[in-house]
Amino acid sequence: MLRWLIGGGREPQGLAEKSSVQTIGEEQIQNPYTELLVLKGHQDIVRFLVQIDDCRFASAGDDGIIFLWNAQTGEKLLELHGHTHKITAMAPFSSSDVTEEKVDLIITASADRTVIIWDCTSGRQIQKVSCFHSTVKCLTVLQRLNVWLSGGSDLCVWNQKLDLLCKTSHLTDAGISALVELPKNCVAAAVGKELIIFRLSASYNGSEDWNVLEVKRLVDHQDNISSLVSVNDLTFVTGSHVGELIVWDALDWTKQASECNFWDSSVHRDVQPEIKLSQTPNETSVQHLTSDEECVFAAVGKGIYVYNLQMKRVIACQRTAHDSSVLHIEKLPNRQLISCSEDGSVRIWELREKQQLPAEPVPTGFFNMWGFGRANKQANQAAKKMQENTPTYFLELVGDLIGHSSAVQMFLYFGELGLATCSADHLIILWKDGERESSLRSLTLFKKLAQNGDLQLRL
Amino acid sequence: MISAPDVVAFTREEELEDDLYREPPLPEEYSVPLFPFAGNGANPWAKVAGSKFTRDFILISEFSEQVGPQPLLTIPDDAKVSGTFDLNYFSLRIMSVDYQASFVGHPPGSAYPKLNFVEDSKVVLGDSKEGAFAYVHHLTLYDLEARGFVRPFCMAYISADEHKIMQQFQELSAEFSKASECLKTGNRKAFANELEKKLKDLDYTRTVLHNETELQKKANDKGYYTTQAIEKANELASVEKSIIEHQDLLKQIRSYPYRKLKDSEFHPYEPECALDRADMGSDQDPTASDSAEPGETHLYTHVPSYTPKLIKAKSAKCFDKKLKTLEELCDVYFFTQTLDQLHHIERTFRGDVCYLLTEQISRALLKQQSVTNFLFEDVSFLDEKPPEKQYRGCQGLGQDAIDEKCLEESLAPKVVISLGSYKSSVECVPIKMEQEMEDSEEPKMSESVTSEHQENLDYLDTDIKGSISSGESIEVLGTEKSGSGLTKSESQASLPVIPSPQAGRSKVGSRRTVSEDSIEVLSTCPSESLIPEDFKASYPSAINEEPYVDDDEGGLRFNPRMTPGVDDGQDDISKQESLVQVDAACCIGKESPNFLEPLPELGQKVCEEDGVVRIPPQPYRPAEQGLRGGFPSHDGLSGGLLPYELDSRYLTGSREVSKSSLDECSDSMSYISSAASTCSDRTPSPAHLACSGGERHRKRAGQNALRFIRQYPFAHPAIYSLLSGRTLVVLGEDEAMVKKLVTALSIFVPNCGLYAKPVKHWVTSPLHLVDFQKWKLIGLQRTVSPAGVNVLHALSRYSRYLSILDADSKTLRCPLYKGTVVTRLADHRTQIKRGSTYYMHVQSILTQLCSKAFLFTFCHHLHLPISEREPEESVVNRRINFLKLQLGLANEDIKIVQYLAELLKLHYIQEPGQRGNPLLRFDYVPSFLYKI
Repeated sequence: MLRWLIGGGREPQGLAEKSSVQTIGEEQIQNPYTELLVLKGHQDIVRFLVQIDDCRFASAGDDGIIFLWNAQTGEKLLELHGHTHKITAMAPFSSSDVTEEKVDLIITASADRTVIIWDCTSGRQIQKVSCFHSTVKCLTVLQRLNVWLSGGSDLCVWNQKLDLLCKTSHLTDAGISALVELPKNCVAAAVGKELIIFRLSASYNGSEDWNVLEVKRLVDHQDNISSLVSVNDLTFVTGSHVGELIVWDALDWTKQASECNFWDSSVHRDVQPEIKLSQTPNETSVQHLTSDEECVFAAVGKGIYVYNLQMKRVIACQRTAHDSSVLHIEKLPNRQLISCSEDGSVRIWELREKQQLPAEPVPTGFFNMWGFGRANKQANQAAKKMQENTPTYFLELVGDLIGHSSAVQMFLYFGELGLATCSADHLIILWKDGERESSLRSLTLFKKLAQNGDLQLRL
Repeated sequence: MISAPDVVAFTREEELEDDLYREPPLPEEYSVPLFPFAGNGANPWAKVAGSKFTRDFILISEFSEQVGPQPLLTIPDDAKVSGTFDLNYFSLRIMSVDYQASFVGHPPGSAYPKLNFVEDSKVVLGDSKEGAFAYVHHLTLYDLEARGFVRPFCMAYISADEHKIMQQFQELSAEFSKASECLKTGNRKAFANELEKKLKDLDYTRTVLHNETELQKKANDKGYYTTQAIEKANELASVEKSIIEHQDLLKQIRSYPYRKLKDSEFHPYEPECALDRADMGSDQDPTASDSAEPGETHLYTHVPSYTPKLIKAKSAKCFDKKLKTLEELCDVYFFTQTLDQLHHIERTFRGDVCYLLTEQISRALLKQQSVTNFLFEDVSFLDEKPPEKQYRGCQGLGQDAIDEKCLEESLAPKVVISLGSYKSSVECVPIKMEQEMEDSEEPKMSESVTSEHQENLDYLDTDIKGSISSGESIEVLGTEKSGSGLTKSESQASLPVIPSPQAGRSKVGSRRTVSEDSIEVLSTCPSESLIPEDFKASYPSAINEEPYVDDDEGGLRFNPRMTPGVDDGQDDISKQESLVQVDAACCIGKESPNFLEPLPELGQKVCEEDGVVRIPPQPYRPAEQGLRGGFPSHDGLSGGLLPYELDSRYLTGSREVSKSSLDECSDSMSYISSAASTCSDRTPSPAHLACSGGERHRKRAGQNALRFIRQYPFAHPAIYSLLSGRTLVVLGEDEAMVKKLVTALSIFVPNCGLYAKPVKHWVTSPLHLVDFQKWKLIGLQRTVSPAGVNVLHALSRYSRYLSILDADSKTLRCPLYKGTVVTRLADHRTQIKRGSTYYMHVQSILTQLCSKAFLFTFCHHLHLPISEREPEESVVNRRINFLKLQLGLANEDIKIVQYLAELLKLHYIQEPGQRGNPLLRFDYVPSFLYKI
């Protein structure tokens, strides 16, 4: 289309043509998002979205402002000012106070070396801590213990009233990049290439007895650990910048399995020299991990890989799912997967079981009979390349959302309410199911009609 | 939107359609001979050929105490306008019917002069010899130097078209009242100033006289007064008396109820007040007259730098002095304000009365459609005259809920004038009544009878109607009687809904006596307006159609239960059908005789069998109560009627008729109108009510749109994009060309709310998603620079939300369109030639779409389940069936209606004042590339 616009004279060396990124036409029957709302407010990159409850979420980014939004109407509920630098971490924290009333709080950490706890209902700044020696890069709430942890150059444990319960010694200058809660009051912290397990000895009597102990250091990764995610009570997974994926036992912290070359194209006998040449660590870095009970989904470079925990191998992959790095992925309940990328697009994938090779995949819905010829073909080709690993699954592109003009940093799936995406173009977009919204509006309309008394027969 | 295309013959488009459309002249043998009786440049539509002026104008005259009636100025101020028309003569005529000067001034028996704050009188006056008819508005201004302190003036709107004056009486009256109010306000101010000066003079004179008297007293101690001294004492006494009188006058003028001004349109009093307040300090000057009472507002006080003069005992003979000009009488500021207002009146009412009426009707109807009118109408233009509502009592309907009271008021005469003045005005005129049977009069005027006139005639007391004629030259047909207003409204309110026309005609009619002399005062108030029955005689057809002429307030009916088809049966249906083939206006209405199209009866009235419109549209009267709530159709539905029942009826009726091409109909009309306009004699371009810019814009947009649909074979998908809410980007290098295209296409863009149209004429920077939310039609610059590449990249990125019309390479990339609505909307073979005609054609089809969208939006069961257990799918099925079968929409047309419905929902849900988040709706549909 661009070629047509420019006039055909200059052929753009389009990325899309060379790098075999799967594309989907303008006809996307399975894509439910046919309505969007643009939420404006931020003045810089929006990096974090956090769900507060069923219909509220908070956003934060480099402008240091936190906004609270209504996920249904897109209404801006609150604007929280307090940080002077960009926000580096944000976590929701619902605490029950003395009156047993649930209070929604959010904790935000900023590059100004402060952490603030906010009340989501009033927008009040409940407490502010500014005794940090370095920027807090991650926050984890241990709901069970009613404490939260902040990870910077050291690990601190706080209770709800912002009393410092205990802290570790100075770890590294680089600081903790990720934290995950493990069973038995343990936490795993990613510090550079190392994974450190800490144990919290909690006391329910008083604050003096709290202690945090380093239990184990795991040094299996070759490069910095970039993502850390807990799968279930027994397993957690880490990914590194050079594309190693290690599955750990959450109880005894031993390596269960590892996959370190799934980015390597030679394994898949796919000769694409130009990609190899341009292969920078970034291309293979595990940007984000997510999981369900069976599989771990990894965003590696531009691709998405599905690693089955049972089979201990990659069962499906889309090696160039986006035009550039995938920043965030999430698994939806309905076997769908959403990914967002630096190229500004959000894509919806569906994990499908592959049938006998020569046959076309059996369409699941009526519309697929005629709708997805091209897409299926490409998926087949991609799948063929991976025959060596004989994956029995493949990822099919069912829709893409184009709206942001810059990297989509993160998204938040709200189920029926839709999808909120945030981006470096300072915008948050709420993607909604147009059909559903339309019928909701009708409902509101008739309610209002009844209210106004216009439903009565007037003669 | 509702105005029927081309029914109205009126305007000449000045910057008319280019040579492109100027076809070679017909060969001689085919050409139709000109109107045989026409002289050079004569207009067969001219109602009165005898008039000596070329267009309507406003005349201000004064009854000067020195020279008698004299014309002061005309608006427009152009000698050509009045032509050979004798202004002096006409001034004499119009001033001679002024009843007021006689009872102001010194009433006999009162000790000192009393000011009467008289209301203006408003009369209609005809002069058949001159071919002139006039609305005459008399007013009196105060002048200290004038006899009785009053100067009678009058403002007259003079037109050759009697019906314009009669039918627009209320509008004229309201507008002229504003002008008059403005003049009088200024005059009161000036008068108060003058009084104060005079008081100072008198005070000074008294001091001087007093001193002289004292001196004389001292000079002679003879004990007796010289004649000189007596003279001086008398003089002093008379000065003192005069001071008291003037103080009283000042008090009176200041006691004029100031609140009255609050209603008027001329609010810039505040700065003046401030100015006066600033002056107050110096006002406390002890030498100033003692008249300024403490606590009195100082509104009328003025610059105190006035040096008092000695007043001679004997003032100059009144014939020696020069009377103040109108400008001096009223403050300059108010004078110019008044002139502005009069110019506004002139602009508003110029042109053919049909046009004015059509405008008024369509505007009033549009106001009623409070739910849908924002879509394709300029709502600000609808709301632009809120003050008028005050004057007209009830014209501003449609946005308010109904209450009984309002309705009652609406029936009452609308010109609110105090009773007293009328009584006296009536008493002053010698009245002679004449009654005759109606048919004894030869048809003198070849014009229509308005429905409410008939009605009024029928139900008025016979002694109120009828000609009231003075023995000699002045013939007053009717004057406003104070009592009659109320009684009439009551009697009307209790009328049966559809009275038999026979009853009306068999009643004793009355007629004017045409006296030898030429002045006829026709009426002073059309609320009991008396158009003589003899007009009817010339219009048998009009009388035959009386059953259609809606007798309940003004010929507009929406109520589905009162359709002519139901009332009158077969006969009417056949009539409807025949009419349908004749008139474009009816074609539009045909699909929905009672439901979607609110004006069927009107259309019928307007049409004649030969397709020529002879009867001008009738002035709009408020419709009955149930229709004003904004949900006329919905009421019926929610009342338990299934939508299908209502709809299927009109749809079955409409099937065949819809085949008759709308274009053909309106085209035949357009020829007529263009023919009429080229030879229309008077007043080119009736600039629409204070909105000439909008009018011109429409015309140009219509013209451009016509050109677009002729030039581009892919106009249909482009228009479909706009109607279905998909942003259309017009891409091109040449700004002028792009803007032209954008203007052309802008008439198809539905509004998203009450704000301005979502159209951006020219953008040079890359587009962003937010832009598509805001704008539905964008003109975009194409450049070859690197920045230009960015622009194109953005376009290609967001291509799924866009249709792109490349003005340079003449290509269009947009979804496929296979519906039928746009085909009717934009037929490239259309014979419509004029921009405004095409604009109206578009508006009428868009109105249809709007009403379909309205139905779709407000049918409860189409969106919500009937019972709680009903599955969602059946609701969806019902919805689709309704769109396809009931509304008769095909393929992509459904999307258009759905989009409009979505806009309606958003608009309705939205809380007033709160501007909701703009949302972008889109579809995942493939686009295609169209080339010429």
